[in-house]
Amino acid sequence: MAVIIHTKEHGNLKPPASTTGVIGWIRANLCNTWYNSLLSLLIIYLLWQVIPPFADWALINANWISSGAECHKSGGACWSIIHANIRFILFGFYPPPEQWRPLAAMIILFSLLIASRNRNWWSRNLLFVWLAGLIIMGLLMMGGLFGLTSIESDQWGGLPLTLMLSVFGLAAAYPLGVGLALGRQSRLPVIKSLTVIYIEMIRGVPLISLLFMSAIIFPLFLPEGITINKILRAQVAIILFTAAYVAEVVRGGLQAMPRGQYEAADSLGLNYFQTMRLIILPQALKIVIPPTVSVLISAFKDTSLVVIIALYDILKTTQSTLSNPQWMGFSTEAYLFVAMIYFICCYFMSTWSRRLEVELHTGR
Amino acid sequence: MHPKKLPSSFNTSFWQDPDKRSIIYQVFALGTVLLVGYYLFSNVQANLERQSIATGFGFLSKEASFEIGESMIHYSAADTYTKALFVGILNTLKVSFIGIILTVFLGTIIGIARLSSNWLIAKAAAFYIEVLQDIPILLQLFLWYAIFYQFFPSPRQALNPVDGVFICNRGLVFAIPKSHPAHSYMLIAFLITGIGIFFLRRWAGKRQAETGKIFPLFSVSLLLIVIFPLLAWFAGGAPTAMNTPVLRGFNFTGGLNVSPEFTALLMGLVLYTAAFVAEIVRAGIQSVSHGQTEAAMSIGLKQGKILNLVILPQALRVIIPPLTSQLLNLTKNSSLAVAIGFPDFVAVTNTTINQTGQAIEGIAMIMAVYLIISLSTSVFMNWYNQKSRLVER
Repeated sequence: MAVIIHTKEHGNLKPPASTTGVIGWIRANLCNTWYNSLLSLLIIYLLWQVIPPFADWALINANWISSGAECHKSGGACWSIIHANIRFILFGFYPPPEQWRPLAAMIILFSLLIASRNRNWWSRNLLFVWLAGLIIMGLLMMGGLFGLTSIESDQWGGLPLTLMLSVFGLAAAYPLGVGLALGRQSRLPVIKSLTVIYIEMIRGVPLISLLFMSAIIFPLFLPEGITINKILRAQVAIILFTAAYVAEVVRGGLQAMPRGQYEAADSLGLNYFQTMRLIILPQALKIVIPPTVSVLISAFKDTSLVVIIALYDILKTTQSTLSNPQWMGFSTEAYLFVAMIYFICCYFMSTWSRRLEVELHTGR
Repeated sequence: MHPKKLPSSFNTSFWQDPDKRSIIYQVFALGTVLLVGYYLFSNVQANLERQSIATGFGFLSKEASFEIGESMIHYSAADTYTKALFVGILNTLKVSFIGIILTVFLGTIIGIARLSSNWLIAKAAAFYIEVLQDIPILLQLFLWYAIFYQFFPSPRQALNPVDGVFICNRGLVFAIPKSHPAHSYMLIAFLITGIGIFFLRRWAGKRQAETGKIFPLFSVSLLLIVIFPLLAWFAGGAPTAMNTPVLRGFNFTGGLNVSPEFTALLMGLVLYTAAFVAEIVRAGIQSVSHGQTEAAMSIGLKQGKILNLVILPQALRVIIPPLTSQLLNLTKNSSLAVAIGFPDFVAVTNTTINQTGQAIEGIAMIMAVYLIISLSTSVFMNWYNQKSRLVER
């Protein structure tokens, strides 16, 4: 039998100083092996090489509110280009006295998006609120009613155009994509092959070829005398493109449904449309909410491609301020600013998607 | 006793019979598609006739009469459109091929770094992934191109980090060995050694299966693949003459010049796609449960063997399908070259459309080329998935 002899009464001993606090954290997280210590030092060295000169350029020596000529003299970043051109960058050729309208439309859109983040508020009413919001936004942008002057859509530009292309793009692509996914899972060979051809063809070509098509070939498809404006044509191309990707995501959800669900619906005597509407789709679409958000994010980023067919989205408006001789040569600053806007929007969506993933992962 | 067949009048009516109904649906769907297609086609024909545009691919044999900045084969403005488009395809394949190799390499490193026990490295990798994923690829291309022009000096003040390498806003210029027959000997030796290693590997695998003896394949192959080309180099007379770039007037002559357009495109594509690949690699590694590692340890495998024989084969099954789709995305995104002036296939076709007005043919060719690339990849992927599928009892 083991006998333990206490020679001296210890109180509650503290853990050794090297395992707690800052030192303990550093030992555990930065220097747990010799090569990790080396790598940590290497990274700190690299950061030391990069961050101070960058801070010097972007913050300390930067010009915030000055003319282009002053910027050219100093070596720092020229954020004045943003300050001087912010209205054009954000709203494009929209007439300046009316620019409160796209601003109001964007505020409505952002409040709707923030409200929709909360899953407890998801209901049929929210859908109607969205519908009303979209109509009000369209009215604000177009005008022509209630004393608002009418603004032609070829004057739309900047951030509202980017947001419009992505929000309407996804709103229209979603039902189309669900339809395509159902078609692809269909037992009817003709419908199945038509949808497969459509989905694979669209997913096989770059978006830019569809945008070219919308810009150059689409007018040829229409009978003589009918023209559709350029923004709407690009919007159609984005919808057709996004729908194929939504279809693939939704197909994943449909395939994850156990056969028992279909059989149970059959045994209740539900027909195909009732089965889909009441049993399969509500479950399948719930599973695929997180990947759908990633489709939304990439659709949002992809709208920037309309630059190539010369639509004035936020990237194009930024680009065109750079052709002003006063601001020539400050493209890095201007692009960094737009990159930040895109980053904030996408970061907002991707953190939300991760949170949803956790919330929806209820297990069975 | 067999149930008596119901008389046809007892049968369900025409509209209630699912088989007949499904035929009606399909005929209706096909009819709609054909009608819409015919309507659009007839509109196109009428419009083309009115604008007196001739259709057809006859323009392909005409003289292109535009220069292409970068070409892997000899090309001049006097060549035909066919050759110009071929140059474009080669440029697309070049940037995609180099891009894919670099992306897989960088993406794997970042994906592993994301799981590092070193806090600093894990956070740096997470930061990289989050930022690069959230900025559109087109904007990144513009940004790299702008940085190239704004911060790099002109050729006269070119940075010269290592002897024979110059970095300036006209691109990256570096010395290459002067052409010499010894180089082709080296290439031949390299290829032959490669084939030899393939057979060596088969032999080693067979021997291990029969006798259990392990052949040190990796170190032997590495040694062979270095030694034989080196021997060929000595046999060819060991040429060391270099073709060094020299500043003449406003630009460099000689050496190999990598244009800013190509560099910006390659950097943009690689850095953007690597962020997605890193996430895929991370998910793949995490999908293999820790029990697998413990089991491998308990049967006495060494660290390297655990990774090679247990973790990677399981992780790759999860990694490969989304990885291919990302690499296809890279290939498709290389079409954005048109925005920064690198002459890839889309850019060359765009110029062709502008010169000849043959928009339908041009866009059809763009779609066909990318479709062929995508479809052949997915055929290969289906084959791979069949092969690597888990065989369950």
